[in-house]
Amino acid sequence: MAPSLEEPMQIDFDAPLKAAPKLVAPEPEHCPGPESQQAGKADSCAGCPNQAICASAPKGPDPDIPLITARLASVKHKILVLSGKGGVGKSTFSTMLSYAFAANPDSTIGLMDTDICGPSIPKMMGVEDETIHVTGSGWSPVWAECANGNLGVMSVQFMLPGKDDAVIWRGPKKNGLIKKFLMDVEWGELDYLVVDTPPGTSDEHLSVNSFLKASGVDGAVLVSTPQEVSLLDVRKEIDFCRKAGIRILGIVENMSGFVCPGCKHESQIFRPSTGGASRLAKDENIPFLGRVPLDPRIGMACDHGESFLDAYPDSPACTAIRGVVKRVAEEMGLDPNEVLPDEG
Amino acid sequence: MPLENIQKIVLVLSGKGGVGKSSITTQLALTLSLQGHSVGVLDIDLTGPSIPRFFGIERSKVRQAVGGFVPVTVHDAQALPSRPAGATTTGQQIGPLSCMSLGFLLASRSDAVIWRGPKKTAMVRQFLTDVIWPTLDYLLIDTPPGTSDEHISLLENLLKQTTSPDSPPNQLAGAVVVTTPQAISISDVKKELNFCKKTGIKVLGVVENMAGFVCPNCSECTNVFSKGGGHAMAIEFGVPFLGSVPIDPAFVQLIEEGTRPVYPKGTVISGRDVGGHEEMTDGATSGTTGELLVDKYRDCSLYPLFDAMISEVVEGIQGRD
Repeated sequence: MAPSLEEPMQIDFDAPLKAAPKLVAPEPEHCPGPESQQAGKADSCAGCPNQAICASAPKGPDPDIPLITARLASVKHKILVLSGKGGVGKSTFSTMLSYAFAANPDSTIGLMDTDICGPSIPKMMGVEDETIHVTGSGWSPVWAECANGNLGVMSVQFMLPGKDDAVIWRGPKKNGLIKKFLMDVEWGELDYLVVDTPPGTSDEHLSVNSFLKASGVDGAVLVSTPQEVSLLDVRKEIDFCRKAGIRILGIVENMSGFVCPGCKHESQIFRPSTGGASRLAKDENIPFLGRVPLDPRIGMACDHGESFLDAYPDSPACTAIRGVVKRVAEEMGLDPNEVLPDEG
Repeated sequence: MPLENIQKIVLVLSGKGGVGKSSITTQLALTLSLQGHSVGVLDIDLTGPSIPRFFGIERSKVRQAVGGFVPVTVHDAQALPSRPAGATTTGQQIGPLSCMSLGFLLASRSDAVIWRGPKKTAMVRQFLTDVIWPTLDYLLIDTPPGTSDEHISLLENLLKQTTSPDSPPNQLAGAVVVTTPQAISISDVKKELNFCKKTGIKVLGVVENMAGFVCPNCSECTNVFSKGGGHAMAIEFGVPFLGSVPIDPAFVQLIEEGTRPVYPKGTVISGRDVGGHEEMTDGATSGTTGELLVDKYRDCSLYPLFDAMISEVVEGIQGRD
């Protein structure tokens, strides 16, 4: 039989709001999704061992959503960091954004790593060897070492027995953990919750979106590198945000230009042959937040788990990042000078 | 048996995104073809397919025939024209190259594919069972980052299909693992090596990509993303290290704009003088769209590196038969 792609490319965005029933067998090929409206009723459900379970599962909203909303009621702002492409600097930007917010001693920040198969945040924050403490009221986040001690981190890395262990999980298991991060972690009174995501437009993204929808998300910051291979995937992410109804705060161009430390000549390592992120922002009518140059010291600071902003406050990259953070604050309707007071 | 026409299957893996899996896959495929092998490339990155862009065939569409999809042909088997000046590769006989990617099936290149696990699993299975590959010496499979749905389904299906008695011996040859040198990338890629260990996939070798950038102005090499991490990791895990690949803006330009790589005189990469046989004219480049990507790639400074790498990998694979 010739394969067919006639079935819709999209899935139901509201589907995960329903509780997933316990299945007795893996989902079959054309499964409408055990959480969906058609669960147990679709044509492809005929003969599936899960059919009865799916059909009789309680319909209606996921009972955990109100719990998540209650838990996050004391979080003032929630920001997603997204990119269709891997390795463009999502995690690096998430840590920078968090460090920048944390520079104001009056703010408290949470940083949640939803990249389950490739968590980078703990290493970048220098808390790779920490483990989660469980208290009566939930899991406590790991507090990163920064000047004001106001930056809490949560990642799957804290739960692995060995730091190089592979997390070989399919979608539902990843979704379960993300739900726990939102429901069971004692985030407390937060001014900002920054959510770092894996590349793509799949389970993690859909789950984060549906779990947070009720409690409200300020918006998403998209990260890209200048070349078309990366922008191509970021376009897909913009499409995702539009379809899911997530507000786009803007797009950051990372690794934009490299200044040779030998001769100060600037090269475009990742050539913006199609106009780079600023052109994309214009075409798609979304705010352009700025360019961050490629500085080898950013990567080194991340490898050592220290804040680049604190280590090299006078570098052009640092100035650029502070500029981007202020633009993010502006887009969120906050006073940029209050969010990130100028030093000195 | 849908994969019966294929002699060897090689996976390209990395725990980390954006380290150059697709870029390395492309170059491995081009180099295999230049060595005269028939090659297929299967892209199972469903939410971010890059292979169509890399091969410059974004507008191509897959045809459906009785029995499945017909992959898109990049070029047929043929003899390349000998290069005019300083030619070491004259009248080279190359093998055919074809690709399959979800990108060929999308209505618009900016459409998002928003799928959860089961749907991705089904698509991966379809790619492994319903693509009518021509007779291939090598099938390279480009993967998305991570160790999740796509990877689990890929291996489940491959292990089932390649261990049946009528498939060629050692058909699933192993995996090439790609990393960049910095510690952040290494820590994710170590997870991928443990994934290979757990699933019994042989690691053919580690490639360290983006190792150093040679300034086109002063020829000084800067280690933009640190250095040496890939080699150290390969030693730690006891797997072969295939080599370090520097960042070559001329390669990026070849992919992005289709221009034949030209280097300023005196450029030395990996101890080899790649300085131009033609005068570097600012901005103007000599490539035309009529030439084959594989032909232009012969002028890229990275080609000799990959040539050596492929020879090592091919020898390793054949040594086991």
